[in-house]
Amino acid sequence: MTTPIIECRNLQKWYSGVHALKNVSLTIHPGETVGLVGDNGAGKSTLIKILSGVHRQDAGEILIEGKEVHLRSPKDAMHHGLETIYQYNSMVPTMSIARNLFIGREPLKWKLGGFGLMDQKRMRAESVQAIADVDLHLRSPDALVGELSGGQRQGVAIARAMHFKSKVLILDEPTNHLSVKETNKVIGFVRGLKAQGLTGVFISHNMQHVFQSCDRIVAMARGEIVFDRPTAETSIDEVHELL
Amino acid sequence: MSVSLMKRFLKIYLDKPELAGLALLVILIAVFQIKSNGILLSMENIRGVMGLLPEMALVAIGVTILMICGEFDLSVGSVFALMPMSIAVMLNDGVPFPVALLLGLMICAAIGFINGYITLQFAIPSFITTLGMLFIARSLTIVISGGFPPLLPDNLPTWLFTDYIWQGSILRMSFIWFVAIAALATALLSLTNFGNWIRATGGFNEAASSMGIPVKRVKIICFMLCSMLAGFAGLLQVLRLGSPLPSIGEGLELQAVAAAVIGGTALAGGIGTVFGAIIGTLLIRTIDNGLVLSRVDANWFKFAIGLLTMFAVIANAWMARISRKIKVEVRK
Repeated sequence: MTTPIIECRNLQKWYSGVHALKNVSLTIHPGETVGLVGDNGAGKSTLIKILSGVHRQDAGEILIEGKEVHLRSPKDAMHHGLETIYQYNSMVPTMSIARNLFIGREPLKWKLGGFGLMDQKRMRAESVQAIADVDLHLRSPDALVGELSGGQRQGVAIARAMHFKSKVLILDEPTNHLSVKETNKVIGFVRGLKAQGLTGVFISHNMQHVFQSCDRIVAMARGEIVFDRPTAETSIDEVHELL
Repeated sequence: MSVSLMKRFLKIYLDKPELAGLALLVILIAVFQIKSNGILLSMENIRGVMGLLPEMALVAIGVTILMICGEFDLSVGSVFALMPMSIAVMLNDGVPFPVALLLGLMICAAIGFINGYITLQFAIPSFITTLGMLFIARSLTIVISGGFPPLLPDNLPTWLFTDYIWQGSILRMSFIWFVAIAALATALLSLTNFGNWIRATGGFNEAASSMGIPVKRVKIICFMLCSMLAGFAGLLQVLRLGSPLPSIGEGLELQAVAAAVIGGTALAGGIGTVFGAIIGTLLIRTIDNGLVLSRVDANWFKFAIGLLTMFAVIANAWMARISRKIKVEVRK
């Protein structure tokens, strides 16, 4: 058995008296695409927020490639190769694609401490390449993200994660508020992760979307993992029944 | 010119609201030049306008940067008065000018920090925090002045700040400060990673913080920059006038916001340019000056600014909508 890429051991989380995560342990292997399902308040978001460095667990460990890590901030999580794409999507509509792709990770021509001049030529060139790599065809790296459709934006977010050599892509309800056509596009991106050698965690309350794109289904309810099985060995009805 | 090329130019134009402001400026200058029988563009008049312009524009630049970052500052007019007043008081107590200047700027930075800290820590709108600071800073200005303005010593380095660049020149040294600061601010916004963070923070706060941008720190730095620019601009005015009046800068906060908005800065954050702030300030100055020269009742000034502000916001929204509809193919 290979070393798991992510291993959560006995994670606990309380929010002002609410026990949001109860002893959650989850192991994800490299190259897997895991669908995480469950109702609102089941603990999916809490788990994801801990993995993306937004919140910290109250107890339990997280191991990445066998080593224990402390994810204190989104930056920490990204540094360890975990990149999260949120449902509201992590793009700034008033900025160009090239600028969006490098938010917080701008290549610098000259710097003093953490402050410096951006290498805009490189940003434009690399963003064109990164977008082409996910099979997305956009007009120009200077186009504003606000001019893109929802599906295209998620595509750019995925291109960004791949460009920065993320190992694990966490997609938090990426198909919310998207049209059917756009949703299919995003599902296509998720299916393509395996070919790129990436591990994916796809959170959705839409079973169809998850079953179409993931090879393992994990279901949560009331802060616990209540179901964990390969997609091939289960069905939408079975998971529905359980929840 | 081919259709696609025309479309591309149209889109570039529509995406830059400050260019529309520039066009309006040219028209207004032409109108007032005729109305004032050629006085508007006379050397003497330009000299007068150019004395005030750097002071107003520096405040507008600070406010614009802060608005791009998604926050708002109503206290700039009071800081504009407090900073030179505190320097005047220090000078009267025998503090050397460079030290007083440094301390004055530190007071501004502290005010900006307090504005930002209170806004973010207690999650209240900066509109309210800085409205409070408007009163506090104005009150402090009057209290430390002791009721009447202290006299400024006459050995101040006005040659560095407000004297004419050379005997008989149109421009004062303050104009050079203004150009240099405007250039630095433009570079900060468009060339540096910090500028990228400012735009991201104001454009979509959640996205910026999920990408690891320290959004609170970015905002607090913008609050501090804004206050320091306002204070420095106030110092320029006091050195030009030769006397620190406690009432200077009253109403300036709203003129600065108007200038920013007229120049294309969005109230919601994320959008705006330093150049736009300058165009907005120039427009306001031209209207003020042009109305006086054309012998129109000066009380129409605020009416005109109000109208222009509303018009600018509507026009900008309209231009952005049209621009989105124009999809331009861009060559590789």
